Amino acid sequence: MASQDVAYAIETEALNLWYGTFQALFDINLQIKQGRITSMIGPSGCGKTTFLRSVNRINERLGYVRTTGSIEVLGHDIYGPDVELVQIRKQVGMVFQRPNPLPLSIRKNVIFGYRLHEGPHRLGKAQRDEIVEGALRQVLLWDEVKDRLNRPAIELSLEEQQKLCIARLLPVKPAVLLMDEPCSALDPKGTEAVEEMIWELRGRYTILIVTHNMAQARRASEECIFMLLGKVIEHTPTGELFVTPQNRETADYIEGRYG
Amino acid sequence: MFEASDLNIHNQRAEKLWRLLFLMMTLLLILPVLIILGVLIHKGGPMISIDFLFTEPKDGMTAGGIFPALVGTVWLVAVALLASVPVGVAAALYLSEYAPDNWLTRAINLAIINLAGVPSIVHALFGVGAFVLFFRFGTSILAASLTLAVMTLPVVIVATRESLQAVPQAFREACWNMGATRWQTIRKVVLPNSVSGILTGIILEVSRTAGETAPIMFTGAAFFLPFLPQSVFDQTMAMSLHLFVISTQVPGVPEALPFGVALVLITMVLVMNAVSIAFRMVLRSKKKW
Repeated sequence: MASQDVAYAIETEALNLWYGTFQALFDINLQIKQGRITSMIGPSGCGKTTFLRSVNRINERLGYVRTTGSIEVLGHDIYGPDVELVQIRKQVGMVFQRPNPLPLSIRKNVIFGYRLHEGPHRLGKAQRDEIVEGALRQVLLWDEVKDRLNRPAIELSLEEQQKLCIARLLPVKPAVLLMDEPCSALDPKGTEAVEEMIWELRGRYTILIVTHNMAQARRASEECIFMLLGKVIEHTPTGELFVTPQNRETADYIEGRYG
Repeated sequence: MFEASDLNIHNQRAEKLWRLLFLMMTLLLILPVLIILGVLIHKGGPMISIDFLFTEPKDGMTAGGIFPALVGTVWLVAVALLASVPVGVAAALYLSEYAPDNWLTRAINLAIINLAGVPSIVHALFGVGAFVLFFRFGTSILAASLTLAVMTLPVVIVATRESLQAVPQAFREACWNMGATRWQTIRKVVLPNSVSGILTGIILEVSRTAGETAPIMFTGAAFFLPFLPQSVFDQTMAMSLHLFVISTQVPGVPEALPFGVALVLITMVLVMNAVSIAFRMVLRSKKKW
């Protein structure tokens, strides 16, 4: 996957998805720009999370999911015949609502993903430490944890845990980070810190955030997608969506007439 | 205003009565254990000495010690473990980590539960047919231990599977989403976090194996054999069978002798159970979630 020059990190065409007989996504055509932070908003059950989980194909673990249409990541069809799931997961990292650090030390959590894909050529300790420091610096966590890298990750606050969960995706150099309501388990202060950190990552990664929090979408994203009942209603730069929504439904939703 | 009404008083009386009844039943449960231990210690205690543990039976098994039986039981249990633990843990890993939820998996689970309910004498006959005769191991430690292994396999599988499933699903999700294969997930996250439960299950199984009589009776345990086994193809004495023999088959055994043997056997089992409980407590206190 050397196509760093494609304009769109994620491009879908006529994407439909069914859970059994229930259709969750209808004809989704989206082009998500490389290096931008794009947020997805919409009421519960509108398909935001389903869409997110299609982009790294973890939906498939539920046996009863059926998909038609195409999803391209960096210009490559991820449902193609010779696609290896492990390679998708390397390129497309995922962050969940609840931070889920592994029951290991902070250092081991950060290096975990790297070691999975490292193969027989082991790095020296110095190089590993460099990777750990680099990842933790990118998520603005280095200064807080540098003196306790060998402590269990579970001792960190929720905010720090969530940052750690993002940090551990970075050593394998993903192109896309999918975040499923990454701040919903955090208090307002933690939310602010994580948002600030995500904002720092823009340009380096393509970030797609699902959120229930419209203020968050407004503050922390460059483009915004509004979904309703499995369909994309509007996809514009965030400023425009909140100031001059093109659709009646969008306007009603962002003004809080339904949720 | 807030005084007890007649109905309240009636309810409270019923409450006390039920509580008392349940307490009595609980006490009834531990009573046999206490009586068994008490009688064994009272009658068998005087028998216990270094000599008793480390010498051979003498005078037609009416005197002397239990050393060959003690060593034989250790052999039988050890070989049974070597056979059942790898198979059982592998099967549990498959069932818990790989198997899709379909009719085949459900059928296997049902089979395991049923296998656990097969009477031990039936296992013994199976052992004779399969290991002694078909595989031509003869009556030997190998045949007896394999019979014990088949019998205890369901216990190992169920205990292992339960400890695997106690590992939170979120850890697996985290690994998979970083591109870990199932095996990488098992090796790096699932096993390290379930090993305490698995070991506990195994030790409990050991204690069960040590006390079994029927499965080893026709497959490898000897009536009287005052030598130590040299290999797994030898026959051996065993504590459980020795107890059966001197209690029922040999005339002129002093009354204290069987109690002494039983006391040693039950002590072995209780010590192993205690070790397993201690083990679990230590490992659990180290758990990081």
